[in-house]
Parts: sequence; structure tokens; C-alpha cells
Amino acid sequence: MGQSVQEMIAQSKGKKNKKFVEKLIPVLLFLIASVSVLTTIGIMLTLIVETVTFFTRVSISEFIFGTTWLPFSNKSAQFGVLPLIVGTLKVTLIAVIVAVPIGIAAAIYLSEYATDNVRRVIKPVLEVLAGIPTIVYGFFALTFVTPLLQSFFPEIKIFNAISPGIVVGIMIIPMIASLSEDAMSSVPKSIREGALAMGSTKFEVAMKITVPAAISGIIASVVLAVSRAIGETMIVSLAAGSTPQFDGDFTGSIQTMTAYIVQVSKGDAGYGTTIYYSIYAVGFTLFIFTMVMNIIANYVSKRFREEY
Amino acid sequence: MSTTNTIYNNGKTAELVKDDSTSSASKSVYDTQQLNLWYGDNHALKNIDLDIKQNEVTAIIGPSGCGKSTYLKTLNRMVELVPSVKTSGQILYRGRNIFDKDYGVEELRTRVGMVFQKPNPFPKSIYDNIAYGPRIHGIKNKKILDEIVEKSLRGAAIWDEVKDRLHENAYSVSGGQQQRICIARALAIEPDVILMDEPTSALDPISTLKIEELVQELKKDYSIIIVTHNMQQAARISDKTAFFLNGEVIEYDKTDTIFSNPSDKRTEDYISGRFG
Amino acid sequence: MRYIEHDNVVRRMNGRNLVNKLFKSIFLLATLSALLALVILLYQIVSQGVNHLSFDFLVNYASRFPEQAGIKAALVGSIWLMLVVAPTSIILGVGSAIYLEEYAGKNRITTFIQMNISNLAGVPSVVFGLLGLTIFVRALALGNSVLAAGFTMSLLILPVIIVASQEAIRSVPGELRDASYGMGATKWQTIVKIILPAAIPGILTGSILALSRAIGETAPLIVVGIPVIIQFLPKGVMDTFTALPMQIYDWSSRPQPEFQQVAAAGIIVLMVVLLLMNSVAVIIRNKFEKRY
Repeated sequence: MGQSVQEMIAQSKGKKNKKFVEKLIPVLLFLIASVSVLTTIGIMLTLIVETVTFFTRVSISEFIFGTTWLPFSNKSAQFGVLPLIVGTLKVTLIAVIVAVPIGIAAAIYLSEYATDNVRRVIKPVLEVLAGIPTIVYGFFALTFVTPLLQSFFPEIKIFNAISPGIVVGIMIIPMIASLSEDAMSSVPKSIREGALAMGSTKFEVAMKITVPAAISGIIASVVLAVSRAIGETMIVSLAAGSTPQFDGDFTGSIQTMTAYIVQVSKGDAGYGTTIYYSIYAVGFTLFIFTMVMNIIANYVSKRFREEY
Repeated sequence: MSTTNTIYNNGKTAELVKDDSTSSASKSVYDTQQLNLWYGDNHALKNIDLDIKQNEVTAIIGPSGCGKSTYLKTLNRMVELVPSVKTSGQILYRGRNIFDKDYGVEELRTRVGMVFQKPNPFPKSIYDNIAYGPRIHGIKNKKILDEIVEKSLRGAAIWDEVKDRLHENAYSVSGGQQQRICIARALAIEPDVILMDEPTSALDPISTLKIEELVQELKKDYSIIIVTHNMQQAARISDKTAFFLNGEVIEYDKTDTIFSNPSDKRTEDYISGRFG
Repeated sequence: MRYIEHDNVVRRMNGRNLVNKLFKSIFLLATLSALLALVILLYQIVSQGVNHLSFDFLVNYASRFPEQAGIKAALVGSIWLMLVVAPTSIILGVGSAIYLEEYAGKNRITTFIQMNISNLAGVPSVVFGLLGLTIFVRALALGNSVLAAGFTMSLLILPVIIVASQEAIRSVPGELRDASYGMGATKWQTIVKIILPAAIPGILTGSILALSRAIGETAPLIVVGIPVIIQFLPKGVMDTFTALPMQIYDWSSRPQPEFQQVAAAGIIVLMVVLLLMNSVAVIIRNKFEKRY
């Protein structure tokens, strides 16, 4: 080497370039990062603008308080969203009944009892369950769960709220189990050992120490799972039917908010028709439901976070 | 290494000759004047005045939390990676204030190498670790890079141990070897000064000894500033020692003087192991 | 007087241990029921679909006759969709993550962006479909093309990729950054040469999992108006297409029981694709085991 390294560095080109790149990159990356914000704004704007158009044709009070959803009737179309909300809530209720006990029990088992080996088997199984596309769950509900239910309870129709409810429940089990387990395993080992050292059984530790300490995380996981169930689309589109009902019957065909959006999208509701705008109004309603759930989950997990 | 560096200060051009055998001992590398530093509201360095000479090993000692590492990281402005750091006063590096607005940190750090507490090679091959510095500064020629890598590894006294495994991951060698690779990595851009932040604190005694010998070797060509919590180490390897306490320089003198005849009671208490 | 009678404690201990054992079994059963559900689901699908699975099924187009129905258009269409979604979502996701982790200051804007991302992750996929329909299909006039559907899907999985990439970048030890800056490297050099290479396994794993979500999503495709019966393959990103989940949905909702088997066969194909993608993710995870 004839020259010293420092001299070669001093001679190397691109110093100016470097400065320019260093200035440009953060701006570029900021623009990229703002895409997610623009997406949110886009969603809000889309929903609000088209919903406002919808409300120029259908009164807000009919939409919110109306108990009949009859959009396809030529003469007397009615747009009362309550039947769709009731349909959504029916499915969600069944899902919660299935998923909450199983999800939390699995979380307790994984965090308090399971050996590392068992955990190594169960966790991937939960991941696989979480990764199965909802269309597959929908097919499963329609072709297996519904016939199975019918063989025990013949009064259950082909399309009903129970079968998709159960399957939505299965779908959200991994979410509750893994988020709750995260919350429980972040309870320090020393606290557990303190209780065990006083002669508690593992069950007592779980019920009196771990679960109370992790309760905010557990609640948040359930709320998020409920939000997921409300927004679930394909399972209900395939297995719940397309008959909006404002009643308490779980055995017959219903329709959820999401399934309605799919039903209209599949068909040829021409651009500019009231039906076309109605999917935005329903989408907006759905968006508000899930948003409120997400905000509650956020609030719960922040507000009641345990300090260790 | 005898190069002529041109540096610019206040628009004037100053010629600076390094490694001039007659005057090198008295030449100043870093002249710190009235340096204050705050982490938020925490006043971490208070009115530091320190004149560090060329081709010497300067040790900085003191109890944990005294500001010695903070001071070291201020010398190449690494301390600014911590948000909410504020400084006042100035540090002249070769006569130029490093806090000058038009003094790029990258330029400063190209002249000042750093070795860290824990060996921190990049998860790349040994070769790529050493070539990292030259490459980012625009040296692409393979032959020159080969030469730099060999020279740097020899300079860090580890060439013979790794020459047959240059393309293995740097994490495949022992901790002590990793630290010498990190020193070689710093040498690869032929810095003027090497800052060492407790370089042996994570190493075993034998590796520590090797690094200490290396420091003695390196001081012929480089100026070395080393932070250490190990007073024996400071006594063994340094020419000058600065004792820091609560963000202040209590005493700064020849190492022999500090350890045999300290002028401040607190220095004496510290080196005799009464606190810290 | 003693408050705790040792004998009493011992006597009660049996009962307490019994309760412990009982609940341990209950918890285990609950956990196993999830496993059982998975086994039944897989068994049902394989047993229904395996008979229809053949080479012809892979190379035939959809048909009115169940015995001739094939999945070619949907399979190729899904691959086309991924060709748009993968680069779009990974560039946007990794770029956002780099900005948030390396450049963004701790201020309100950053908090807002971060909060926005976590909220976006909770928006139902069907709502993303409405966004895609309004913005991409109509406003930008992309029609029901690969591009319109691909952009919609990219936005849908964007939060997942951002969060995974952020975690991967955050897990790169600070010492490596310090070492790079200490050599006089600029921020961007440090990011490109040190941080991204070290974070790439995590980024890739997260991205593949996100992409496998995109390949199975149905609802947004229905809403943006992707057709089902298609007898040709797309030649470019502006062409219309169909995708695996769309085809499966169509077959599942037909009344003839034969189509149920065709649907099951389609699901097997979809699951095999997912399995392949996930295996790649696992291989990447194992291959780049952390070395620091």
C-alpha cells in the first residue's frame, strides 16, 4: 500500500452523495410509514362519505332503530340494521361461550402446568389453528359441524347461528389462549415461588396469584377475540345463511353484518344504487363495533397493567 | 505511519505533522475545556478540563457512575446516541472543536477508533468485520482490502490465530479473540486515537493479559485512551491517569504519581480500595 | 395458642391436592380439545377431498361439471396476487419499521403512527375490501385486476409485517450499532450493512406468515369484485383473475354434494401451499440461528 488508509478514505468519492442520501432516506421512510396512517384515513373517509350518501336516501333513525332489513324488495325496501346486528351478536355469543373457557383453560395449563416438551407440541398446534384460512373453517362448519348438530338436534336448520358460532369460537381459541398465556407468563416466577413455598398447590397459585395478576391481559385478549368474531366474514357467509332476523332464535338462518356485505358484493348491485351504498353503512357500523372493542382492549391492558 | 493531515479551523489552514519523533510527547490530541454534560436533568460531567497527549496511554479510573465512560463516549460523540443529551464547553481534537456545527461526526469517528466493553463483532466473517470500515469509507479494491485486513489483524496480534479461518463467522472464536478482532477492526481505518471502554471487563485473565500487551505495542503508533475499573490495569499499562468522581476530574497526573503519591485525599481513598 | 394446627393442614392437604389434580385434568382436556378440533378438521377435509385430487385437478379450469372442475386459474391467480402483494407489503412494512425504530423521535407523531398501526391490525378484512373497492377499483380505475386486489391485500397485512419487522430490528443488539457508528459509518450505512442483515431472519419469517394470511383471505377479494369463473390466465397485473380462496368459496356454496368434494380438494391445495410457505419460514428461522 503506497498510501495510508486515511488518505484513501479522504480521496474516495461520494462524500457529497452520502450527505444527500442521509438527508433523503428519512424523508422517504417517513412517507412510507405514513401509508399506514393514510390507510386509516382512507378507510374512515370511504366509509363516512358513502354512508352519508346512503343517509340521504334512508333516514338515520330507520337505519339505527329499524327492525326490518329488507334491502332487495323493489317496492318496500327497508333498511333497519338491527337484525344484522342481532345476527352478528348471536354468532359472537356462541363463539364466546365456546372459546373463553377453553382458551383461558388452555392458557392456564400452558403457563402453570405444562412441561417444556408439552408446550413445544401445543404451541405450534395453536399456531396452525390460528393460521387456517377462515374459508376453510367455513367449509368445516357447513359440511361437518352443521350435519353433526342436526343429528343430535333435528330442529336445527342447514343455515343457523350455532354451527358458525361454534366454529368462530374454535377459530378464536388460539388468540385467547396465546395472548392470555403471554399475560400469565409475564407474572414473575418469584411471585409464584413465593406462594408455592408457603404450601400452595399449583391450582391455588393459578387462581389466587397468576390469574388475578394477569387479569387485565386476559380480559384484553377476550375483548380482542370478540372483536375478531364480530368481523369474521367467511364462516358466517357460508354457514349462517342470508336471512336477517330480529329475534332470539339460534337454530334458523340469520344474517350478520359481514355476510350482508359479501352477499351484495357477490351479486351485481349496480354502482350508485341504495343497496350499493348500504354496504358502506353496514361496513361503517361494523367498523365502529370493532373499533370500540379494540379501544376497550387497549384501555384495559394499559389501565390495569400490573406493576411487578 | 507518518502522514500529513490538513485540518481546517475557523477558515484558517493549519499544518499538522504527526509522529514527529522530537515533539510527539508533548503534542496534544484532545484538549477538553470546561466540558459539561447533562442526561436530561442529570449533570453527568462537570467542568472537565483534560489535556490528553499523543502516543501515550491515558487511563481513566473511578467508581461506577462517575462519568468515566460518558467522558470517553463524548470524545467521539457516541454519547449523542442517547436522546436528551446536552453539552457545553468544548473538546479540541487536534486543535478543532468537535462540537463545531460543520464537523461531521462520521469524519471524527473515522479518525478516532473505539473498542467496547463487550466484544461486539458483527455477525459476519472475520474478514468482513475488518473490511467493514474501509468499505463503508469507499475502499473497494479487493487487493488493497486484503492487505488492510492482514495488516490490521497483525497489528492486533491475532493474525496467526485466525489467518486460516478468515471467512468463518467472527462469533466462532473465543471471547478474547473476538475482542482482538474488534481492535483489528478499529485499526483497519488507521485511526489516530483509539478509545477503549473497559475492553477487558468481559474477558478472562489470560485474554486480559494479551490485550494489555497489545495496548503497550499499539501506543507506538496510536494515542490510546482507556477507561478501566481495574486499578492494577491502569497502573500496569498507562502513562497518565485521570481519576473521576461524581462527574468531576479529581486528579490527573502521571500514573506513577497518582498511584504512589496522590495529592487528593479522595484519590488516595479510592486507589487504596476504601470505596468504589 | 397456635393459629395453625399442623395436623389440620396435613388433613386438608389431601383435599387441596385432589382439587389441584382435578383442575389440572380439566385444563389439559380443554387444551386437548383444541388439538382434537384441528385433527377432525384436517381429517374431514382430507377424507372428502382426496378422491378428487389428481393431476387433472391442478391443470384444469373451473367447470360446471364437478368431475371436470380444476383449480388451474385459481392457483396461477393466487401466485400472481402474491407477486404484487409480496414486494408491495414488504417494502412498505420494512420501510415503516425502519422509520419507526431508527429514525422516529419519541414524540406524539410516532406514538400516533404506532397506535394507528395496532388499530389497523384490528380492522376486519371485509372493511379493507370496501377500501379497495372505493380507492383502487373505482377511484384509481384499476378495475378488478391483480393490481387492485394486490394493493388491497398489501394494506391488509401491512400492520403484521410492520410489527414483526420492528421486533426483528429491535432485537439487533445495540452494541453492533455502536460498533458501526464508532467506525464512522453513517446511519443509513449502519442500517443497510449491519441492522438489516442481522434482522432479516425475523423480517422474513414475519413476512411469510403475513403473506400466508393474504393467500387465504377471501372476504376482501369478494368485495373488490374478483370473479370466480375464469377460463384464462392473467398475462399481466392489470388483468382480471381469480384466486384459491375465491374458487373454494364458490365450490363450497354450491348445492350439489359433488362440489363439496371439489371444494375439499381445493382446500387441500391451499393448505399445501400454506404448509410450503410456513416450512420456508421455519427453515429460515432455524438456519439463521442467532449467533450473538
